[in-house]
This record gives sequence, structure tokens and C-alpha cells, in this order.
Amino acid sequence: MSAPALHELQFVPASEFKRRSATAVDDAHLRQSFRGAMDFLIGKRAAQFPDPAALERQRALAEQIRQYSLARLPDLLEQLERTLTDNGVNVHWAENAEDANRIIIDIAQRHATRLMVKGKSMVSEEVELNHALAAVGIEALESDMGEYIVQLDGEKPSHIIMPAIHKTKQQIARLFADKVPGVAYTESVDELIGIGRAVLREKFMSAEIGLSGVNFAVAETGTLCLVENEGNGRMCTTVPDVHIAITGIEKVVEKLEHVPPLFGLLTRSATGQAITTYFNLITGPRRPGEKDGPREMHLVLVDNGRTQAYRDQQLRSTLQCIRCGACMNHCPVYTRIGGHAYGTTYPGPIGEIVSPHMLGLNATHVLPTASTLCGACGEVCPVKIPIPELLVRLRVEGQHDAHPGRPPLRGQGAAKSALVDAVWAGWAALYTRPALYRAFGWLATRFRALTPSQQAGWTFSRTPMKPAARTLHEMMAARRRR
Amino acid sequence: MHETGARRYPEKPARVYLFGTCLIDMFCPRAGMDALNLLEREGIEVHFPADQTCCGQPAHSSGFPEQARAVALAQFALFPEPWPIVVPSGSCAGTMRHHYPSLFEDDPRLQAQARALAERVYELSEFLTEVVKIRLTDRGAPLRVALHTSCAARREMGTHRHGRALLEQLPGVDLAVHGHESECCGFGGTFSLKHPAISSAMAGDKVDALKETGAETFISADCGCLLNLNHTLQKRGEILQGQHLASFLWQRTNGEERQ
Amino acid sequence: MSARDNILRRLRAAPQGPLPSPPDVRGVQAALAADRPASTRAERIALFCEKMAFWRGEVVRVTSSDWPQKLRELCIAKGVRSLLYGEQGAHAAMLRTAGIVGLKPYRRPVEEWKAELFGDTDAGFTATRGAIAETGTLIVWPDADEPRLLSLVPPIHFALLDAGRIHDTLSQAIDEQDWRSQMPTNALLISGPSKTADIQVTLAYGAHGPKELVILLLVNEEELP
Repeated sequence: MSAPALHELQFVPASEFKRRSATAVDDAHLRQSFRGAMDFLIGKRAAQFPDPAALERQRALAEQIRQYSLARLPDLLEQLERTLTDNGVNVHWAENAEDANRIIIDIAQRHATRLMVKGKSMVSEEVELNHALAAVGIEALESDMGEYIVQLDGEKPSHIIMPAIHKTKQQIARLFADKVPGVAYTESVDELIGIGRAVLREKFMSAEIGLSGVNFAVAETGTLCLVENEGNGRMCTTVPDVHIAITGIEKVVEKLEHVPPLFGLLTRSATGQAITTYFNLITGPRRPGEKDGPREMHLVLVDNGRTQAYRDQQLRSTLQCIRCGACMNHCPVYTRIGGHAYGTTYPGPIGEIVSPHMLGLNATHVLPTASTLCGACGEVCPVKIPIPELLVRLRVEGQHDAHPGRPPLRGQGAAKSALVDAVWAGWAALYTRPALYRAFGWLATRFRALTPSQQAGWTFSRTPMKPAARTLHEMMAARRRR
Repeated sequence: MHETGARRYPEKPARVYLFGTCLIDMFCPRAGMDALNLLEREGIEVHFPADQTCCGQPAHSSGFPEQARAVALAQFALFPEPWPIVVPSGSCAGTMRHHYPSLFEDDPRLQAQARALAERVYELSEFLTEVVKIRLTDRGAPLRVALHTSCAARREMGTHRHGRALLEQLPGVDLAVHGHESECCGFGGTFSLKHPAISSAMAGDKVDALKETGAETFISADCGCLLNLNHTLQKRGEILQGQHLASFLWQRTNGEERQ
Repeated sequence: MSARDNILRRLRAAPQGPLPSPPDVRGVQAALAADRPASTRAERIALFCEKMAFWRGEVVRVTSSDWPQKLRELCIAKGVRSLLYGEQGAHAAMLRTAGIVGLKPYRRPVEEWKAELFGDTDAGFTATRGAIAETGTLIVWPDADEPRLLSLVPPIHFALLDAGRIHDTLSQAIDEQDWRSQMPTNALLISGPSKTADIQVTLAYGAHGPKELVILLLVNEEELP
């Protein structure tokens, strides 16, 4: 399947999602890559949690830390702003993507920036920062190996932790040979990584600004925590003169002691690693006398729909997410269609529950339906987000006007259809009238030979469903008469 | 999804209700009769309220809670005695046991009724294992079978172990483990109609995994999964077919030929 | 109204249930560790070495008297032509006694010699603030003398670790070293050389940072192999 080009994304009409997912499931190559990679990650995660009881206690603690932090979110954000400011970090607030991009462009233009190197930041993808920077002539270069690869090919990440998981090494070898000057075709992964290293080291040296995401922001100390294996995050936050961090407002925790339990579950759930190579705690720019580190630091706090999720007690749990990606690794739908089919920055189960707040249900109402509610996501979520329940809730909000007394969600009721309403009204009428229901069963079984041979999506790959010769109700009634 | 380990089970009762489910009613009634046969053979009197229709799950999972509530409410009055309600489907049992209380959370009176009803709901294999403590005598020929547990049975009801335990009581049954056994078969109720391509891909992978075991049949305690997998296999021209756990157990232990 | 005010107003307007009680991190962690006896120094050293080996970190046991010589031997063995270090550090004087060829101090702000740092520096040497046994992790707090890039840019990172400063867990390290009252501009946990699995989940080392991490583990004579 060819990945959607940049900016075809961020709007997901049902027909588009269905077209993309249908193309994806027919792509044997893609199916095999995702299945293989997800199986690998599932196995690695499972090996990290040999004791189910201990895992449950860790999950309960992580859930409690996240819920406690969210309950105090406005206070903690203000505390974070104070401590960061005291540490010499400039704090900015962005209500939406445009705000965030404008803030970052302003900083960049103040420094006459030509090149911004980026560590892995999903929020910067969410606000489409690269596009906004390109529009004002600033090059934004992804430096995470996976992100570098997808950017080089004009694509977006297909997984939040493993952005280039959809590509084979042969495809990457071809890409490098075609796009990187002076590089010969090689399928050696070590050599390919060596090429990326060499290209990107040049860029780290020349970039005026480094941009990163944030995994946890600690309010009491004013510390930004970054989790990574490659070292590109450290490069971006250390080598350029200016460091801009961008994060969602939900990432704050009160205390430093709250970080280790979340960090431990994050890496184990994400890639089955007990810890990543680097855990980078940044508590301010270069101090007088220090010889490296950015001279100027900024944090951009992004809302972009998060306050909509926040104002509803049930939907608020969406914000507990620590972006480990375990829900997508374990999702049988994601495994079949890959990340690009979703059309949103965040794919898989977490994308299905978070995208409607960022983009509106009008643009995304099909996403919460792209699940069998099998529950695998909720089962592995390290912070115990009840993902299946949230999917059902968003289905309700897509199909209905706002509940009286509740403010509507953005795009509320966008999936409403008179036909579908009539189907469910008819269904309820039948199943609440036992005599009518039995009569229906009697007719359906007697006229089973007339069952249509085409049954909507069912017969796509199945023989038609046909009622039995007699219903259970009839068999039970006959038995009672005997 | 839900804590399942802590459930305390009662003594074996003299009477139970059977909730047949709408899919079994229309498409696999034999499974309902075999559930009744198994329970009666254990000396339990089985009551099948004639006015039962559906647990309401299809509307609930599709985002139509009003309609789900109406249908669920229509079942409330059918089980007046304090007897257990046995459901030969993990998915419907899961809805009644775990979703009824939250479905009525705006109405404390109905929610209390929903809770009381939910407390009495048992999935069939769970009931046979934990409450009846059934002892099965295998009368069938040696047979290699695979077991597919529905997602609700596994993650809401925790009954995957019960299906396995029942089959393990049958010495003639060679129980094969299939690849990605805990993975969804792709049915998902209206999901199979809404996203046919994805659903088919999942069903296709599941039947491949089942076939790969070399099993002669496969068992599931959920009619929805069975319909999904059996009709997929039929479309592919395969001879492999699955059957409901209740029917399989009844045939194996009562000396009946497989249909 | 500013974006800040709007966001905070929306958050404050949201309905709040009862405030959840503060998470009892220490209590839960103590309970999780309850069935394990307190670790000994030898166990912490052994666990740290095992886990660090898993991350492809090379651990070399040294003593307080022989480590500069050991480092010199390692530099020769690895073909290191230039070793970057902090000249004011507690270990700097010792280091200079070893006669390591190509020893150069990190003396100027990075802007003044970026090209040399990136292009012509084979290895860096840093002290550490301790380590974590559970995960095989070094704790490094860069400072004015041993700047941040010392442990990142050179292809080989040599780190000196006092075996007496190995903590069981990250939480314990944070508590016992009292991080919260003295956070440096940059604190680092380092578990092995830089790596990536971004190409077909195949692990490759030396993604952007060091390709090799060598830990000089300061032990007592009787703890030498």
C-alpha cells in the first residue's frame, strides 16, 4: 500500500478509511511486516512482566499517578510554569495547532533559523509543525532514525514508537541510495544506520534550533524528561543554541518520585525494554560556566482538544496515556491495516480515542468503529485506560446529539443517519415485543430458503447466514408440550 | 477489562434459568438444547422464559444505548426467582454481567436491579466447571480439536480456562493450541458488517491458524465467532467446521454421532 | 484572554470528582520488593554487571590505584587517538598520571570547536554519580567541568563508577541521592551504547551517540576477577 502523502491526513471520512484499510489488508507484504513486528514487540513485552500480580500492582500505581496528576492538572501546570521559569525556561501556551506553530515560528525567526533538527515528538506531528515551518522557509529535519527514514520518503510515521515499521530494509536501502547524495545501495542495517548517523551529525552541528517532545514534565522541580535509545534526543536538546520542547498539557506529574513507576512501565510496555539507553532529565538551559547545552530553552504546552476530553469524567481517562503504543501492538485491527490507514497522527486504539478530540468527530467518527471491542488494548494498557468503553462512548457521541446538560463534543452527532436510527428503532421494537419476536423467528425459519445470498458486508468473504429450521424458542416450546 | 478472579461461586442449585441468546435462537438452536441437556443430566431443572429475546449488546456496542436499555429492560422481569441465569455465550453473559450496571447508571433503581441480575449471570462453561463441578465421561472416538475462546469470554468473563478444563476432561480429545490463540476472530458484531475487509482478514487468519493445528473440528462457546468462522470456511470450500461447546460436550458424553 | 488563561479556565471549569489520594509510590514499591531480602553490595555489583552486559556495555573491574593504567591499556587496545576529559574533575589529576596519548580537556564552549569535537575526538571520559543495579544503568550528571556532550559525541564513552554507589532501583537512587533539591541542568541515565531498532526491528549500535560504552568499575582488591 502506498502511504498517504503528507496533508492528505488529518481528515478521515469513513469511505477513505475503508478504502485505505481494504487496500492495506490486501497487501501481503505489509500484513507480514506488521504481523512480524507486532508479534516481536508482544513477545518482548510479555517477557518483561512474568508476574501478573506484580504487573497489576504496577498498573494500579501508574493509573493512580496519572489520575492524581490529572485531577490536579491546572494547579500542576501553573506550578510547572513557575518552576520552569525559575530555571530559566520560557513557557508558552497553545490552544491549538496554529498557536503552537506560530509560537515556534516566532522563536525560529527571531534566531534567523534555517534548520531545525527534531527529536521524536508526536505532538509536533499532531500540529503538523514541519509543514508550517516549510511554509516560512525553515527546514525541519527529523533525527530519530525511523522518523528520518519516513521523512526522506515523504511519509508520516506508521507507529508512534517505531515510525518506519512498515518499511523493509530493502526499501530503506533503495531510498537511501536514491535520496542521500554519494551513498551506494546497501542492505546492511549497520551500514544504513551509519549513513543516517553521518548525515544527521552534520545537521546537529549546523542547526540553530533543536526541537524535542516531552515524556514527563515534573512540576516540583521544573524538569522535562525524555526517553530514547538513539541519542538524537540528547543531540537536539544539547547541541543547538536553542532548545524548544513541545508537549501536550496532560504530561505533567507533580513529583520526581512519580516518574520512575511510569517510566518503568512505559519502556517495558512499548518495546519490552527494562529501560531505554537514555533517560534525559532537563532542568534548564546552559548555566554560566557550563560549556554546552542550549543557551535558550522554551516549552510549548499544547491543548489542541485535550481540554475537551478533560471536561468529561469518563473521557478524561484518555489523557492518562503515556504513549507507549502497546495498545496498537496488541490490536488485531492495527496489526492488519498498519498505521497509515487510520490517516491520523496517532493510529490504533489510542488514536481512535484521542483523535476525535483533536480533529472533531465530524472528521473522525469512523475511527471508534474500527474495533471489534476485543479488549486486548485495555488489557495491556499500563495506565489502565478503559479503551473499549471509551470507543463505545465515542460511538454514542458520533450517533447522537449531546446528552442534555452536557456540552457537545466537537463534531458531535456527525455520524447520525436517519436510516441507521430507523434500523435500531426497528430492532428495539422487535426485541422488546416477545410475541412479535417469536413470530419473526417463525417466519425467518420457515422462509429460510429465501434468505438473500448477498448480505451487506457479511458475504464479502463468507457464505450467507441462514436461519436454522426451527428457533430455540420453538424447540423449547415443543419440548414443554411433550 | 474486569476482575474475574475473585468471583465466589454458590453451591450447585436445583433450578436455573437458561438465557438462550438471539444468535443461538435463530442460528444455532441445537447449542441451546444441548446446554439444556447437559444441565438436566446433572439433575438441574432448567427454566427457559419464553419471553426472552436478546441481551441488548448489538445496540450497546453500536452506540445506541437507549435501544440497548429498552431491550435489556425487557429481560429484567423474566427471571423473578433467585436462580442462576446460565448463558451459553461469553459475549452475551459479559454484557449482562459487566455492562448492564453501567447501562443503567442514570437510574439508581434500575441500576440496582441490573446489579442484582448481573450477579446471577454465569457463562455456561464457567457454570458447569465452577458451580456444577461436572464430571464428564468421554464416549467419543479419539479426535483432535482446537478451541477458540471469544474475546468477551476471555477478557470479560475469564472463562477461557473453563472451556479448556472441560475439554481436558475428555481423554479421547486431543486439544491443540493454535497460533495467536488469544486473538479476536474478527466478528465484533456489527464490526463484521461495517468493516468487512478488516473483519475478513482477521477471520481468514484465524481459520488459517485453526487449520494449521490439523484439528478435525474446533470448539467455541460463542455462536457469533462460530458463525463468522464457519461461514468463512464454507466460502473457502474447506471441510473444517466448528461447533458449540455445549453440543460437542453433549455428543461426546452421550454417545451421539457428530452431526 | 490569553491562551494560557483560556486553557486554565477550561480545566478549572471541568467537573471534579473527589481528589484521588496521593500515590504511595514508596509503599507500593516496598510491597513489591517485600519478598526479596535487602541486597548486598556483591549482589548489586553482580546484577549491575549482568544487566549492563545485556545492554552491550563493557564492564572492566579496576581499583582506585590501577584504573588510569587500565584506561590507558583500553585506549591503546581500541585505537583511541584522542581522549576528551574534564580537567577540573576529582579524577583529572589521577588520569593525567597515566600517560594516555591524545588526552585533551573539554575546555572551551562547544561553539568554538564543534567540528573538532564531532570530527576528531575518539573517546570521552566521565565520572558517574552512581548506578542502578535493577536496570544496568549509569547515573551521569554533566556539569561545567564534564559537559553534556562528553558522554554523547565521541564514539567511545569511558565511565568511572564507584561500586559503592550502585543503588537497587531508580526510585532509591533519586531518594538516597536527594535529587529533588538539587537537580542539575541535565541529569542522565545511560544504559549501554546508543542504539536503534528502527530498521526492521533489527538492533544496531551507535545510532547517534557512542558506539561503545566502557565502564571502569572501581572495586576493592578482593572483588577483582
